[in-house]
Amino acid sequence: MSALLSVQGLRVEIAQRHRVLTAVDDVSFDIAAGEILGVVGESGAGKSVTGTAVLGLLERPAYQAAGRILFDGRRIDTLDEDAMRALRGREIAAVFQDPLTSLDPLMTIGDQLVETMRTHLDLTQAEAVERAARLLAEVGIPAPRERLASYPHEMSGGMRQRVVLALAFCCEPRLIIADEPTTALDVSIQAQILDLLRAMCRERGTAVMLVTHDMGVIAEVTDHVAVMYAGRLVEVGPTRRLLAAAAHPYTRGLMASIPDMYRRDEELMQIPGSMPRLDAPVPGCAFHPRCPQALARCAGERPPSFTTGASQVACWLADPAGRSAA
Amino acid sequence: MSFVLGRLGQTVLVLLVAAFVSFSLFRYVGDPVNNMVGQSASLADREAMRAALGLDDAFILQFARFVGNALTGDFGMSYRFGQPVATLIAERFPATLELALISMLIATGLGVPLGVWTALNRDHWLSQVLLAASLIGVALPTFLIGIALILFFSVWLGWLPSFGRGEVVRIGGWTTGLLTVGGLRALVLPSITLGVFQLALILRLARAEMLEVMRADFIRFARARGLKPRAIQYRHALRNTLVPVVTMIGLQFGNVFAFSIIVETVFQWPGLGLLVIQAIQFADVPLLAAYLVLIALCFAVINLAVDLAYVAIDPRVRSGGGVRRTA
Ligand SMILES: Nc1ncnc2c1ncn2[C@@H]1O[C@H](COP(=O)(O)OP(=O)(O)OP(=O)(O)O)[C@@H](O)[C@H]1O
Ligand code: SF4
Ligand SMILES: [Mg+2]
Repeated sequence: MSALLSVQGLRVEIAQRHRVLTAVDDVSFDIAAGEILGVVGESGAGKSVTGTAVLGLLERPAYQAAGRILFDGRRIDTLDEDAMRALRGREIAAVFQDPLTSLDPLMTIGDQLVETMRTHLDLTQAEAVERAARLLAEVGIPAPRERLASYPHEMSGGMRQRVVLALAFCCEPRLIIADEPTTALDVSIQAQILDLLRAMCRERGTAVMLVTHDMGVIAEVTDHVAVMYAGRLVEVGPTRRLLAAAAHPYTRGLMASIPDMYRRDEELMQIPGSMPRLDAPVPGCAFHPRCPQALARCAGERPPSFTTGASQVACWLADPAGRSAA
Repeated sequence: MSFVLGRLGQTVLVLLVAAFVSFSLFRYVGDPVNNMVGQSASLADREAMRAALGLDDAFILQFARFVGNALTGDFGMSYRFGQPVATLIAERFPATLELALISMLIATGLGVPLGVWTALNRDHWLSQVLLAASLIGVALPTFLIGIALILFFSVWLGWLPSFGRGEVVRIGGWTTGLLTVGGLRALVLPSITLGVFQLALILRLARAEMLEVMRADFIRFARARGLKPRAIQYRHALRNTLVPVVTMIGLQFGNVFAFSIIVETVFQWPGLGLLVIQAIQFADVPLLAAYLVLIALCFAVINLAVDLAYVAIDPRVRSGGGVRRTA
């Protein structure tokens, strides 16, 4: 069984004047073709950094310090910039948080679509324009042919995010990194955009790494969930299982903080305390100062990832040896 | 369209204010009659002169007459030269305009590409050198640059003339130095002197704006779309950089006119600047008043040109009217 995307032991460091911070450490997960993986965690947990690393867009002072990233069985983190660029937008596309600032304000959306397609695909101008119009229709933009000539400022935020989706899908990529694609939008529009994203992915078999703060979105849209805390994955598993019986105390805390599974807002975290800052890492399990079930060893020893059922859990409570000992 | 009309209205207003200041100067600084007939004239002569000039009429009437005359290019006679002010200015204007144009051409033609290049090659040693040089360019006084250039290229090397316009050709009412070798050679040192400060300023602004734009979200997204670096840098980043840069170039063009007084003095350049220096020395009020209006007009025209450039570059300024087709 080979995954479409396989991230193995990823570590991202940030070089500062006198020290090196570790933003992401020992992160491993797979995404199968056509699968939607949700990534959750408090602000600063390293979700965006992980997505950026997969896209090969880490920029000074951040850099990949360890680990491997495989796409379709091929290692991509060691590709040179030109080879990675050819992959970006073609095989691995992106949707970012803010549709208002993702588009070039001085270029028509038609030109931006055409330019993206003609960079990656062997299309004539006329073919690309034709295809751009079809895409706009597909993402639900009325009068698509006329809209090709519109500038971003002539459209609403929701419409612009639809255009961004069209841009992400225009070369039929196999993976989309969607980093909080609806956070900046009006609540009433968020669901529409997510439905559209899911429908287009299901139709095409596109895999997604969907970063979100919204457990409702996780429940509705994702197949698997990865929970990040302080730069590490604390639990990865099938969405159903995590929602029904989360193994990691942090995941359980996340679940407990949503009174209604389908509430869509950002009040995700009501676990007392706060995540450690990058410049003050916590030894042992990074969650132990906030963990209601912390054991004696948690402060000194970092738990490795244990496999329990279909999930991976980085917590001493999931240690088969520990459980039998207790 | 309404945008352009609005700007036109503003321009007219600015010009009226300038005309008013200039008129007040003309009317109330010194006694025009005294200036014209001299100390020895009799009281009766003075009264006759006052009446002839309409100086006893209501203020608003006098201002209206001033504006009316100005519109036909009539700013009266220069006290100092005894010639119509309009003729004097028309003679000198081409020299200053050509000097200003050439120096801005140099400053823009070098400043924008160098600024963009230093932004894209931040770690290159040449970027550091250019940045340091631009700091010096901003700090050095213009007259010092002029004197140094004269010393080096005229006195020591003897390559280029140090004063005057060289050979000029007359085309209609316009004299140009752009069509003869001598005229072009004479332009080199003064236009460089005038352009150095602008070049440094434009380079620094272009660099700063380019760096700013390269950090923008849409550039990050363009990279995520897998566009080629050249497309990102030039099609997306540079065009977005141009909006503020064009504004500053426009504003600086006005300043170049003002700075030209120094350069014209250093190089004995027969332009408006030299004329104005003389006018100031002799309190030649009609000439100064006309100069003021002319400068205001220049600024107004430049601002209008900048606004039109905006309309061309930035779709957000084009309000509603006619959407362009792609493909
Ligand atoms: N270029 C950078 N320079 C310095 N620190 C950085 C940089 N990029 C990321 N970080 C730090 O890395 C950590 C992880 O950031 P990241 O953006 O991945 O968080 P996140 O999980 O996406 O949070 P959010 O939910 O707020 O988007 C943060 O502490 C952030 O401050
Ligand atoms: S390892 Fe210990 S501190 Fe960390 S989550 Fe598990 S029980 Fe809590
Ligand atoms: Mg983020």
